[in-house]
Amino acid sequence: MTEIGVRIGGQAGDGIASIGESVARSFSRMGLHVFAHNAYQSVIRGGHVWFQARASDGRPYSPGDSADILYALDRATVDIHAPSIRPGGTVVYDPEKFSLPESGLPSGVRALEVPTLAMARKYTSQSILQNAGGIGATAFVAGIPLDLLHQVLSDSFGKKAGEIVDWNLGASAAGYHHAETHWSVHPHALAKRGAPKLLMTGNSAIALGAAAAGCKFLAQYPMTPASSIMHWMAAHSHTLGIVVKQAEDELAAVNMAIGASYAGVRAMTATSGGGFSLMVEALGMAGMTETPVVVVDSQRAGPSTGLPTKTEQGDLNLMLGAGQGEFPRAILAPSNPAEAFHAMIDAFRLAEEFQTPVLVASDFHLSEDFMTVDREEVDFNVPVPSLFTVPPGEPNYLRYQYTESGVSPRAIPGQPGLQFVAGSDEHDERGHLVSDVHAGIPRFVSERQRMMEKRMKKLDGLARSAPPPVLEGPPEAPLTFVSWGSTVGAVRDAREELTERGKVTNLLRFPTVYPFPAEPTRSLLAKAKRTLLVEANYSGQFGRLLRAETGFACSDRLLKYDGEPFHPHEIVARALEVM
Amino acid sequence: MAETAASARVTPVGPALPVVGKSEIKPTWCPGCGDFGVIAAIEIAVKRLQLPSQNVVIVSGIGCSSNLPHFLSSYGFHGIHGRVLPVAEGIRWANHGLTVIGTGGDGDGFGIGAGHFVHAMRRNVDLTYVTMDNQIYGLTTGQASPTSSMGQKTKSTPTGVIENPIEPVALALASGATYIARGFSGDPKHLADLIANGIQHKGFSLVDVYSPCVTYNKLNTFDFFRQRVYKLESAGHDPTDPVAAWQRALEWGDKIPIGLFYKVDKPTYEDLEEVLSAGPLALQAAGLRGKEKLLDEFV
Ligand SMILES: Cc1ncc(C[n+]2csc(CCOP(=O)(O)OP(=O)(O)O)c2C)c(N)n1
Ligand code: SF4
Ligand SMILES: [Mg+2]
Repeated sequence: MTEIGVRIGGQAGDGIASIGESVARSFSRMGLHVFAHNAYQSVIRGGHVWFQARASDGRPYSPGDSADILYALDRATVDIHAPSIRPGGTVVYDPEKFSLPESGLPSGVRALEVPTLAMARKYTSQSILQNAGGIGATAFVAGIPLDLLHQVLSDSFGKKAGEIVDWNLGASAAGYHHAETHWSVHPHALAKRGAPKLLMTGNSAIALGAAAAGCKFLAQYPMTPASSIMHWMAAHSHTLGIVVKQAEDELAAVNMAIGASYAGVRAMTATSGGGFSLMVEALGMAGMTETPVVVVDSQRAGPSTGLPTKTEQGDLNLMLGAGQGEFPRAILAPSNPAEAFHAMIDAFRLAEEFQTPVLVASDFHLSEDFMTVDREEVDFNVPVPSLFTVPPGEPNYLRYQYTESGVSPRAIPGQPGLQFVAGSDEHDERGHLVSDVHAGIPRFVSERQRMMEKRMKKLDGLARSAPPPVLEGPPEAPLTFVSWGSTVGAVRDAREELTERGKVTNLLRFPTVYPFPAEPTRSLLAKAKRTLLVEANYSGQFGRLLRAETGFACSDRLLKYDGEPFHPHEIVARALEVM
Repeated sequence: MAETAASARVTPVGPALPVVGKSEIKPTWCPGCGDFGVIAAIEIAVKRLQLPSQNVVIVSGIGCSSNLPHFLSSYGFHGIHGRVLPVAEGIRWANHGLTVIGTGGDGDGFGIGAGHFVHAMRRNVDLTYVTMDNQIYGLTTGQASPTSSMGQKTKSTPTGVIENPIEPVALALASGATYIARGFSGDPKHLADLIANGIQHKGFSLVDVYSPCVTYNKLNTFDFFRQRVYKLESAGHDPTDPVAAWQRALEWGDKIPIGLFYKVDKPTYEDLEEVLSAGPLALQAAGLRGKEKLLDEFV
């Protein structure tokens, strides 16, 4: 796998994310595989932010460890990131803006001076153009053809054409030609390889997957890193016919979604841990009233407000235990955008089939980072059957009828002759309360027990229908990684590096973390020798779940809770230690 | 809205059924509870409007009053404490052919659910919210509620309440509700008029009902209200005048007004939500089949 990495850094408000996205998109249009990581803080201006675009001829699953080209908009960027530039690399900067450290750059890394401010001044005295020359020079060194860069830049301005676009193209061309005259293309630069790929964030994929699954209603309250799910849905609301409601809080958001679902549309909400905590009581209501609902928890580093723009997998215990009492639920945990698209389709299918809440665990790393996806990986041919399934006027209709599977026929308001009351109190098959005057009377004691068993039986069906665990790599490998969610990406990259070093490993990953697939897990782990648990939280929450459900304890653990996603090299180092 | 509910295509199937009436479950309230008068008034109102059972959804939270949906023959959603309105809004947006009536207590609506109350009103969602305001927490056996009077002794305030009560009518005026009324469960006929007109009004209708808790509120009894209430209709009140409505809303003491305080016609949330102009969401096409062009934005 040949790869080239570009990192761009500066201050919040410098437009780093949009420059970074243009570079990443240029690579994806060249048909390269891309993983791009957007690192920022919870401020709108000031503070150090950076963006890394990693392009490759094979598929990268993580931002990687280092880069080849650093475009520094300020001195802090050089101080922080120059040490992660690989030998042979280039630092692009404008000496008019700042000077390099006297200690110089790491060995093998050289500086390309680009007069970006002067290039901008040719067009305007405003500060809006000052990055264009730098982008041009960076593109040249990264092997991005100028016409392709220009297309991407023009597209990013959308319809608001005019002189600003022309200035940008002019100044970036000046930077490109400056580099062409004074520098050479990085030896790892890759040529165009076929059709452009799709570049999307996990959140775009989540929204797209939901829409493909037939979602017609999203209620949400803004919270990083889930907000861009609502942004995508809102931008497409009218063309796709999806009602998007910014609610007054997360209590309202989840209750609105449950109300909408009860009345016959596929509905969802999305949030991060803080908002998810507010949704907890309503999840139980969805479980009790047997109303499907899909809830995305895009985790960020906690506890409390935590690190709003940093990643963690710390909400697993919360998702497993959310809600008083017991009710069936499923928790899906995709690891990248393509998987997230499918996880949403699975989530809606399971919620609908089993009439219960389904949670999708994302996190900052998955939600906001970009990855390329092939068109074939996002198939829109998803069955979206009608929800009006019970024949109208069905005699003796029982909304909560006892059945073998625990799933009862679901009527939708508006259907004649099927009226029922969906009760958050315990109820009988008809939906009548057994909580007040009847509670404690022997007939109703057994009714309660039967109704609990009916609902909980749905867990068996969920377990059979949810995506099973997957073992990647040779079954006999001396080391098995155990991982879930977005962390799987860095583990895959680490495995690739270990393979290059002659070390054989495999990876057991869990697209479904609940109902826990105990049987397949036990048999997949039967041949495991050493097992290394890798997850992004302090206490090893998944490891504990695995042990509780199977009795299997991983021999080694690598846990991370500093807010940053795993770097493959950290996993490689730990693997080499234990192997 | 009544004409939409009766005539609009609400589901893909089936004929209209008989109008809403009693269900097979008898109310479980204490004998003499004010909520009997409220359910009687709702029954009169839906009969008068000839609303078919299948097109009405009655939503509630938790409390004695919130058990109401079980006692009628329509669809019902008996949710959790304080969340009546978001559930009701979700139902309206999923199928705005349905008639949605929110019900519940003063604690449910103005205490734990106060945030939703304000927002549902400013959105002017087209639903009718009937609050059974007994100035007490009934189901939890008699604690102070957000509408309990200053000085009122309850289980949680043995020496008397030391906070000012919320005035639901004033709060509704401030929040943008477009039909604001107050009834008394001792006068179900008058209450039925208020509810029927509220259902027919396009927009958010609040009908706050003095519905005495005969078991736990010894202050705000039927007699208390009978001695004090007077009807705005016979007092020359102009319900299109918001300033007059505000003045009447603040009246409390020897004379307490009931009736219609304020009414104004404004577009509803459903009118303004463009997606709903194509018909009830529940009947619209779903999914992305054939929409592959959507992927071009990711190139
Ligand atoms: C989250 C939550 N907190 C507390 C309760 C307990 N609870 C049930 S009903 C109620 C108050 C009932 O008062 P109100 O809404 O005025 O209804 P009423 O019984 O007076 O009709 C409370 C506090 C609950 N069910 N859920
Ligand atoms: S406790 Fe009060 S509110 Fe509850 S049913 Fe009895 S009288 Fe009615
Ligand atoms: Mg009350």
